[in-house]
Amino acid sequence: MADSPIPLDPFARFRAATRARIGLGRSGDAMPLRPLLDFQLAHAQARDAVHGRVDWDRVAAALPSGPVLSVHSAAPDRQTYLRRPDLGRRLDETSAVGLSDGGWDLALVIADGLSAAAVQSWAAPTIAAIFDRLPGWRIAPVVFASQARVAIGDPIGEKLGAQLVAVLIGERPGLSAADSLGIYLTYAPRSGRRDSERNCISNIHGGGLSPSQAADKLVWLARQARHLRLTGVDLKEDANRAEPIGPGAPRLDHDA
Amino acid sequence: MPRYAVNAGGERHVFSDLKTVMACASPLRSGDELAGLAADSELRRVAARMVLADLPLTVFLSEALVPYEEDEVTRLILDGHDVAAFAPVSHMTVGQFRDWLLSYAATSETLAALAPGLTPEMVAAVSKLMRNADLIAVAAKCRVVTAFRSTLGLPGRLGSRLQPNHPTDDPLGIAASTLDGLLFGIGDAVIGINPATDNVAACITLLSMLDEVRTRFDIPTQTCVLTHVTNSIQAIERGAPLDLVFQSIAGTEAANRGFGVSLSMLAEAQAAALSLQRGTVGTNVMYFETGQGSALSADAHHGLDQQTVEVRAYGVARPFSPLLVNTVVGFIGPEYLYDSKQIIRAGLEDHCCGKLLGVPMGVDVCYTNHAEADQDDMDVLMTLLGTAGVNFVIAVPGADDVMLNYQSLSYHDVLGLRHLLDLRPAPEFDAWLGRMGMLDSVGRLAPLAAGGLPITRLLGQGA
Repeated sequence: MADSPIPLDPFARFRAATRARIGLGRSGDAMPLRPLLDFQLAHAQARDAVHGRVDWDRVAAALPSGPVLSVHSAAPDRQTYLRRPDLGRRLDETSAVGLSDGGWDLALVIADGLSAAAVQSWAAPTIAAIFDRLPGWRIAPVVFASQARVAIGDPIGEKLGAQLVAVLIGERPGLSAADSLGIYLTYAPRSGRRDSERNCISNIHGGGLSPSQAADKLVWLARQARHLRLTGVDLKEDANRAEPIGPGAPRLDHDA
Repeated sequence: MPRYAVNAGGERHVFSDLKTVMACASPLRSGDELAGLAADSELRRVAARMVLADLPLTVFLSEALVPYEEDEVTRLILDGHDVAAFAPVSHMTVGQFRDWLLSYAATSETLAALAPGLTPEMVAAVSKLMRNADLIAVAAKCRVVTAFRSTLGLPGRLGSRLQPNHPTDDPLGIAASTLDGLLFGIGDAVIGINPATDNVAACITLLSMLDEVRTRFDIPTQTCVLTHVTNSIQAIERGAPLDLVFQSIAGTEAANRGFGVSLSMLAEAQAAALSLQRGTVGTNVMYFETGQGSALSADAHHGLDQQTVEVRAYGVARPFSPLLVNTVVGFIGPEYLYDSKQIIRAGLEDHCCGKLLGVPMGVDVCYTNHAEADQDDMDVLMTLLGTAGVNFVIAVPGADDVMLNYQSLSYHDVLGLRHLLDLRPAPEFDAWLGRMGMLDSVGRLAPLAAGGLPITRLLGQGA
């Protein structure tokens, strides 16, 4: 019986069309070991991204030269951060006193969010690309925010006296991308801004938007925001120039 | 004398009102801690249960937890209460009701007759006095049967939603995930897509594509695009082949407003879907999703604990005779259900409470990557729900939803669970699997040879 036919992959013509784990085969009813281990590997990467720590020194070294500021949210550790999104949106007391009004056009905040890996890989090149595209703008020292949610940009931007704040943040990891970065732009930041008052660029990673593509989008949004004096649902992306942002992006409703 | 007080463990425990009793009696979960509603000690939690146990069920008819004047969900619940159906248990305390539910007197027939007499608050209250095993045992006695092109909820059956999501709604990608699932016997409850691009035109494209697959293979099931109810109404007006109207719902008027829906909109959508007369064996045309924490995340929980608000969502679903209702239990996030212990408990609560109210309850057995849970925990929850008689579960290829970026069950999981517990798909769908040559001599869905007839039929030749 050595000459049984080699089974062809009936899913071959579909595999290029989807990242979904199709045509895995069966061990009885169960998933065969190889795809099972592949799944566990992807989940491990996602878990490590959630619980990892950003090496801020490395991020700083990769940034264009200039001062940086470090702040911490009111969530002291990751476990608290995951349970208490409200604390991740506020500055701790020490951080709050270290920020002073500089009358900036734009403040840039790098927040760890839910993926240290995303920040480590994509934050610095994205910031560099933003600087390149905004000569003449008064941009505040880049702020590193630990155990932070999107809304931590509000008190930071407010205390710095910034007209706009852009928060670059690690998105909730999926199995196919554990290192996806998002950017949230808010006009006239102050504590209590609603998520509907922000614009989002999602899905910045190796298989998604590149840092320069993301910077293009952010700069367009930032110029529009200054012109219209607002961000959020009333600032629509130009339908002709932009593909819809972030199909395939994680839904951030509950973790941003 | 305070109305809600008890001596327990050498201490006097006083609770300011009924919703505080309910919140403190709930098993610990992060969402109630986040809302500042959880009992601040284990002792106080049990004390609250002692208070709750001695309250009459009728307290929930006389004391609205969310004011009647402010909330259309409260009005729906209280105005729709069936006093005659309630009569057999109307004299009971919450504690007596728990014991009665577990007694031999509470049969499938008596529970079905009782359902219209129960309010969500009564059901939430009694569930707080039940252990996980109680939730399973009581749910297993409840039967809620619904139908459209397949019949769901029958004894000895386990339905499944096939969820072929794709990050850009690519038709070939969706087809691949769909056909893969069909080869595992998945999809008897519904083939339902969460669209990546959520507008009317894109949804009509997906509806037409799903309908084409269904009719080409003559599959006795229903298809659905999980878009907003207003998009579904527009799609119907434009002549799209729509089987089921989907909507996310929650347990308060304000939370539903956050979803952009009201009871009157749901009624309008149900009427529109019924007008198409597309069902062959039944007329249940609605599909609802819910999840503990959604009201709190919309800041619309009125100080209620998240489990009680969740059960009120089933009270919203019930008058619309849905084909399918499922909780997305582990999807909402760890700030509401922190770890597998909390997710498993909530999944069993949601299922049991929905069933007691007469709602055709399914569960998306799932978790996100920032929750303290993994696929082993989903194995536990799916097996428990299988024994509890869940109407349906959700499955995606390899347990990995590449659009929503979370993990549910795999097609393999559902197949294995069916064989393990000797549960079969919906009868119409089961017969279709037989016609397609996918079942072996003892009715199992055995592994197929690569060149086998069913694969050739479904995937086509010359791949």
